[in-house]
Amino acid sequence: MAEAAVQTKEPLFGKKERKLLIDPLNDNNPITVQVLGICSALAVTTLVFKALVMSIAVVFVCAFANLFTSLLRNSIPKQVRMIAQLVIIASLVTIVELVLKALNYPVYKELSVFIGLIITNCIVMGRLEAFAMANKPWRSFLDGIGNGLGYGLILIVVAILREIFGKGTLMAGSPVEMKLIGPNNEAEDIVYLINTAAESGIGSYFSWYANNNLMVLPASAMFVIGVLIWIQRSWNRKLVDIS
Amino acid sequence: MEALSLFIKAAFVENMVLAYFLGMCSYLAVSKSVKTAFGLGLAVIFVLGITMPINWVINEYLLSENGLFQTDLTFLRFILFIAVIASMVQLVEMIIEKMSPSLYNSLGIFLPLITVNCAILGGSLFMVSREYNFSDSVVFGLGSGFGWFLAIIAIAAIREKIRYSAVPPGLRGLGMAFILTGLMGVAFMSLMGLIGN
Repeated sequence: MAEAAVQTKEPLFGKKERKLLIDPLNDNNPITVQVLGICSALAVTTLVFKALVMSIAVVFVCAFANLFTSLLRNSIPKQVRMIAQLVIIASLVTIVELVLKALNYPVYKELSVFIGLIITNCIVMGRLEAFAMANKPWRSFLDGIGNGLGYGLILIVVAILREIFGKGTLMAGSPVEMKLIGPNNEAEDIVYLINTAAESGIGSYFSWYANNNLMVLPASAMFVIGVLIWIQRSWNRKLVDIS
Repeated sequence: MEALSLFIKAAFVENMVLAYFLGMCSYLAVSKSVKTAFGLGLAVIFVLGITMPINWVINEYLLSENGLFQTDLTFLRFILFIAVIASMVQLVEMIIEKMSPSLYNSLGIFLPLITVNCAILGGSLFMVSREYNFSDSVVFGLGSGFGWFLAIIAIAAIREKIRYSAVPPGLRGLGMAFILTGLMGVAFMSLMGLIGN
């Protein structure tokens, strides 16, 4: 009884809860530290908009899967917990898929397989096993959001680098598309911020500039993430792999 | 001839790991020694080769509009596919345990891991979105399994050697594995000429 009284006094959003949200962004990042969820991540990072949609989907699935598993954690038998978890995740992913299909069909077409692959995204499964099966619903929900955001952060950083250097645009395919650098094409009404075909002005200093086609290839995502891990670990020494 | 070119395409040009990053989790986690990588790779070939045709049959005869129920049930696809994969992995585990206990012991822990290997579910979803027929799905399953096998063996062998090299501390381990995978991806892409277009 005394224990229950103490627990009701805990603040709804205290230090521990904040830690659940902030920790996965750096010290315990799902991609660069826990090495989870790389599977469905990297192929969607060619465009920032795709990465953004994917991150929102993962935050949603991760948060609600954590919440529901945590609510059911006392009634799920240990032997069938994997199947139970997979069913929860698969239903949430189906919801995401149908919503995306209705809202933005072109993006759905491009992401199609990778939305489905959120089911086997190890972040979701991993957090369910490691956190939601042993913690209260509210905390599990926050943990899900935190891990989803940590995943989204890396995804978007990689996508920004790949899109700017690979295509010279930002957020292409979305309503707020920005064209940063490249040769203008008046016939097709394509105008860049820095026009590399210009005879004068800033653009004329950049006439040597060409998009880096390596950045569009899948392999470049690996290089970018490898370098990100390098930067993170040089700055956050305690993460360095000693083995 | 078409089957051969599909096999080569699935195994080399559109390699599951190096071109689509599927199955990266177990690829990075289990690639520290060649021996375990070999076992996991074989299991993945096996499971992919079995689940792909089964999922094809389910998709064609249960879920599609002209299937058994005459209604479009494709929204159940994720749940059914993952259920097939989970039960197939369970079945494979039981069969191997009965037939060859020694192989079971060396694979033991990795078998259940295959359920959440994105390459398996990804393969089935690719099969649906690319509208393969039955024989294509068998070839595609075996081919992509073989590609995954090759990739994990290669990275495991490289990682065994690179342990003795002077890698900058921040890049040691995971960072280096990522960059190596990227380099392997570039190398595999040069095999694109094999299939003619």
